[in-house]
Amino acid sequence: MSIILNRRRLLGTGALGAGALLLSGCDKLNDSPMFRSALIEANTWHQGAQRALGSGALAREYSYADMSPIFRVNGNTNPDDASYKNHAATDFAGWTLSVDGLVKRPLALPMTAIKAMQQRSQITRHDCVEGWSAIGQWQGPQLGQVLSMAGLLPSARYAVFHCADRFGSSPYYESIDLVDAFHPQTILAWAMNGQPLTVGHGAPLRLRVERQLGYKQAKYVMRIELRSTLAGLFGGKGGYWEDAHDYQWYAGI
Amino acid sequence: MSATETAPPEAAAPASPLTPQGGDLVRRHRLSTRLWHWANALALFIMLMSGMMIFNAHAHLYWGEFGANPDRNWLTLGTGQLNAFPGWATIPSHYSLADARLWHLAFAWILLIGAPLYLLWSLLNGHLLRDLLFRRSELAPSHIWHDIKEHARLRFPTGAEALKYNVLQKGAYLGVLLVLLPLIILTGLAMSPGADAATHVSALFGGRQSARSVHFIVAAGFAAFIVIHLIMVVLAGPFNEVRSMITGWYRLPRDKGDKA
Repeated sequence: MSIILNRRRLLGTGALGAGALLLSGCDKLNDSPMFRSALIEANTWHQGAQRALGSGALAREYSYADMSPIFRVNGNTNPDDASYKNHAATDFAGWTLSVDGLVKRPLALPMTAIKAMQQRSQITRHDCVEGWSAIGQWQGPQLGQVLSMAGLLPSARYAVFHCADRFGSSPYYESIDLVDAFHPQTILAWAMNGQPLTVGHGAPLRLRVERQLGYKQAKYVMRIELRSTLAGLFGGKGGYWEDAHDYQWYAGI
Repeated sequence: MSATETAPPEAAAPASPLTPQGGDLVRRHRLSTRLWHWANALALFIMLMSGMMIFNAHAHLYWGEFGANPDRNWLTLGTGQLNAFPGWATIPSHYSLADARLWHLAFAWILLIGAPLYLLWSLLNGHLLRDLLFRRSELAPSHIWHDIKEHARLRFPTGAEALKYNVLQKGAYLGVLLVLLPLIILTGLAMSPGADAATHVSALFGGRQSARSVHFIVAAGFAAFIVIHLIMVVLAGPFNEVRSMITGWYRLPRDKGDKA
């Protein structure tokens, strides 16, 4: 009998201990570099799994009737930068997109050249990491077309998007690999819902990489840099949110 | 082994020496069930707690393909100042959508891999058909009503009869295995823009925001299951129940009239 009581006590203590571990221990684990890197490792498997499911799969495209009546803005909605404000005051007539880094022919494309390229228009769903979704129409040249004009060097593996907005002292930037860069639905959008982009939505040029979450859809794109690695650039994790808060670089989930 | 075929208790024939009796220590849960149970117990707690933190980032639910602040929602929790779920219930306890996602999308692998494997294994070893699926006689309204009454009076089966799941237990376990788990996995995949592009699974639910709503409702179903499950474990004798799920060995409850 006493053995059973002891075992009962042990069991009770175990249950209490497990509860306490769950409530307070999770925060300790959350801050443990080893545990965190294990979590991050398991998160990176989603990229491999999704690429295995279909690296060329197309995101669903919708009809006009499916569009959100109001497409809310998010993130930075008005870059606090004198040069940007000057461009905005002149309807971005002098805006140029630089394409440089590991390319054969660095480019400086004025907006007129971007609008003159072959266009793709798509009505797609924008999924924010927070959980909300909005459906809108986007138009612009395929990123692959722009990259082919510049001609990639064999060592190029990532396209990095440098933006005009910043959070505090950190400039916004994002990056994707070449699988997504040359995906047919990856475009440099200058128009939304049939109108030139508003400042709130990223005027004059933003990235649409349709199979990833909202924070990858870089707004106010000034420069595309082709790189062999993301290490050595800002925080080294490939994007503002990735560097600042450990949001995952692959945002297909 | 769980729920071995034994004589039904209605046949009040004297128990043969081979029939397990109240007080006997018997094998109850096979290894696959025990491993899967504890892996799920861990994963579900973490998924629920990190999931509540993720929900805190946008505490509104919608039906359809799209849904954001300007659109009509069917559920809003919390207020502008107050999070939908308090810190003691979330992982991590301070607001961090990024960290909650790290936990949620890492432990999701346990559910994603475990559920189909266990389902397949339980089909192959007969557990599903022999122990879990309803028998025709059990679905008679009078039988279901009898089990509900017995359950509500907390009169649990004793002796060999305790090795079999009653109709309410079967309903609960089948509900978890065949309804809640598939739904939580599919709606989870539907919310992933990459997985949805490859599979178009969100169409099954009428859109991504509908899938997100179903994900939330099913998570609430899991929470309800866990609460009832834990209450039943306590009422049925926590030591014996937990031991059986750890070691596999279960002491058959004695009948009130049995000599101790």
